[in-house]
Amino acid sequence: MIFLAEWWDLRDLGNPVGKLLELLGDHGPDWLPYAVSAIVGSITIVVFLLVSLLAFAWVERRLLGRMQARLGPNRVGPWGVFQSIADAIKFVTKEAITSRNVDRWMFWAAPVLVAVPVLVVFAVLPFGEGMVLADLNVGVLFVIAVGSVTAIPIFMAGWSSNNKFSLLGAMREVAMLISYELPQVLALLGVVVFAGTMRMNGIVGWQDEHNTWLIFLQPLAVLIYLIAGTVEINRTPTDIAEAESEIVAGYHTEYSGIKFGMFWLTEYFAGFAIAAIIATVYLGGWTLWGLEEWVPGWIIFLAKLYGLFWLFIWMRGTLPRLRIDQLMGFAWKFLLPLALINIFVAGLEVLIWRENDLAAEAVLPGFAIANLVLAGVLIVAWARFLGRARPSWRPARARLVKELGAVVYGQEG
Amino acid sequence: MTMKSEPFVVNVGPQHPSTHGVFRLRLTMDGEKIVDAEMVVGYLHRSMEKLAEGRTYTQNIPFTDRLDYLSAMSNNLAYCMAVEKLAGIDVPERGQFLRVIMAEFQRIANHAMAIASFAMECGVWFTPLMWMFREREKILDLFEMTCGARLTTNYVRIGGVSFDIPPEFMPAARALLKEMPERIAEYEALLMENEIILARSRDVGVLQPDLAIASSASGPVLRGSGVMWDIRKADPYAAYDRLEFDIPVGTCGDCYDRFLVRMEELRQSVRILEQALDMLPDGPASVNVPLALRPPAGEAYARIEAPKGELGFYLVSDGSPHPHRFHIRSPSYINLTPLRDMVVGLTVPDAVITLGSIDIVLGEVDR
Repeated sequence: MIFLAEWWDLRDLGNPVGKLLELLGDHGPDWLPYAVSAIVGSITIVVFLLVSLLAFAWVERRLLGRMQARLGPNRVGPWGVFQSIADAIKFVTKEAITSRNVDRWMFWAAPVLVAVPVLVVFAVLPFGEGMVLADLNVGVLFVIAVGSVTAIPIFMAGWSSNNKFSLLGAMREVAMLISYELPQVLALLGVVVFAGTMRMNGIVGWQDEHNTWLIFLQPLAVLIYLIAGTVEINRTPTDIAEAESEIVAGYHTEYSGIKFGMFWLTEYFAGFAIAAIIATVYLGGWTLWGLEEWVPGWIIFLAKLYGLFWLFIWMRGTLPRLRIDQLMGFAWKFLLPLALINIFVAGLEVLIWRENDLAAEAVLPGFAIANLVLAGVLIVAWARFLGRARPSWRPARARLVKELGAVVYGQEG
Repeated sequence: MTMKSEPFVVNVGPQHPSTHGVFRLRLTMDGEKIVDAEMVVGYLHRSMEKLAEGRTYTQNIPFTDRLDYLSAMSNNLAYCMAVEKLAGIDVPERGQFLRVIMAEFQRIANHAMAIASFAMECGVWFTPLMWMFREREKILDLFEMTCGARLTTNYVRIGGVSFDIPPEFMPAARALLKEMPERIAEYEALLMENEIILARSRDVGVLQPDLAIASSASGPVLRGSGVMWDIRKADPYAAYDRLEFDIPVGTCGDCYDRFLVRMEELRQSVRILEQALDMLPDGPASVNVPLALRPPAGEAYARIEAPKGELGFYLVSDGSPHPHRFHIRSPSYINLTPLRDMVVGLTVPDAVITLGSIDIVLGEVDR
């Protein structure tokens, strides 16, 4: 369902921009459309992210307030909506302290560089059919590659701060990112196997064409990607790199003012990026079973993105933090084997489908059900295999003992 | 091949988000593993024991508020019991029951704080803290309507209590007790069967019962190690011998067990309170005691089961209006002694939750 249409067709903001570029190409030098599209595209992405950030910094705090039986910010403006603006002003006007023994160059460069990878990810994500800055044919690969670059500025921050807590946090972050890269890649590969393309728009188009979202065909992969994504964006339950109760603030302990603000906003941008990737790859991107004919695709996309971000907020309000070795163990012992099995099954299914030239309508529902059952069985079986946290002999509650001075240590209850 | 690594010192505190005040834990690390831990206390030392020697017995009660500032009622109670023992004063029945009521409300408030900060140490983002503050707030409201103060109550006095409860106390207390079981079930749903809490706190910071006894730990720390010991049963004071309640005890002595014990103590406190409110007798709440009380020369030690453990006051009188010696056996301080044995071999995150599971207040550790 491709509707590259007249320039005034705002269902896809790519239309007016495309028209403009066409005009420029006709009447100006060759390089002009490229330059203009790059500038327009990057400004749009940055503005979109900043607006989302301002909105969600407030939404998150209000929602967490609701979850925590309190009100949340409600003083600045109606319902406190200007709280994020007040916070932004605070970040900018606060003194940026540089302690004496830092490695100055790296200390300054880290907060600048840290936002780059997450911004770049949005270049290949389609907000609509034509609303994509660079429709790379290796979009999935690009997203993965750029995602792992984040580790470097974070390690720069931790190393240059010359603080033990910062260094510990940075080391944790790097270890986590590298470990979770693998399940993440394997989860995305399942999608590539089905869609047969790495182009983001191609994946969306495939889902639209077959009238199915890949979340149905790849339920296990979605779960793996969601968990791995949560790790990547450093929010509870996996905010290990900046675990407040353990290592003060991790890699950004020594940062203040706008430099801290950069790390803070990167966390949100990364959250949006992960949500956007999931929305594009697993939830049909800007399509919604024909509704995109009526509602602009980018609104549908944003609705999915924000919905997923809400999930991150919910997790933050509920779950405690894991320990670093537990988190690593989870990646290597749990997610990685399951991701491998998932991709094997996906390959098998596509092979059966393509080799026998079966009709998509006939096989896809079958695959969906089979994969859902497989996901359930695998998760339960693997969790059983790895063992539950509480051994069966241990009483679920504290025991009520009558005899004064009795010692029940280690006794079965 | 083993890699040789240099020991690495991490100072957790005195300025650290999870030391519950100004406590310093000097950890010597070998990689991620703790090989030695040194506790440095005294950053909050206010020399209360010496100050108390220059003041009258009554003037010393507000000092006790500021020991464990999260359970002021219990501190007042222990101190006043010591003075009463010294001077041979009998407290009327109503006063005894009011003391139990306040002490048990204080226990709920304290345990709410303890469980919530333990959960915070495990990394929950404020949710349990806020939920528990909701109930703690109502308890503090009860204190406020009774004695005008919320935190440093200065309520229990020598010979009784400072004020009788106002008429609006009973309905508010009953309403709170009615909703408490539901609230406790909520906390349990959020925290108790949470796989991450289990994974984080099970088999972490294990305190063997013999070590617990040897280091004279008390309260939930001792009971978490599976030792059934509670001053309310062993040496009943106030009106506890007339009330029915059970003592929860852990099985494995780890952080999770200490958490479970506190969770169950919330329920038991609600049970005690329901009985105490029903049995509250009429009559005077206190006896008159001269302001410049001169107890006969001698010594006395009174102890109670404070929320954090055995809180004792040892007083020596020389017949003057000032105590000759004023010693505090504070549970937080003594419960800290086995900390080194609990954290050696663990990692920093585990050490932090172990410290959180002991539930210390620095006002009481340093005095």
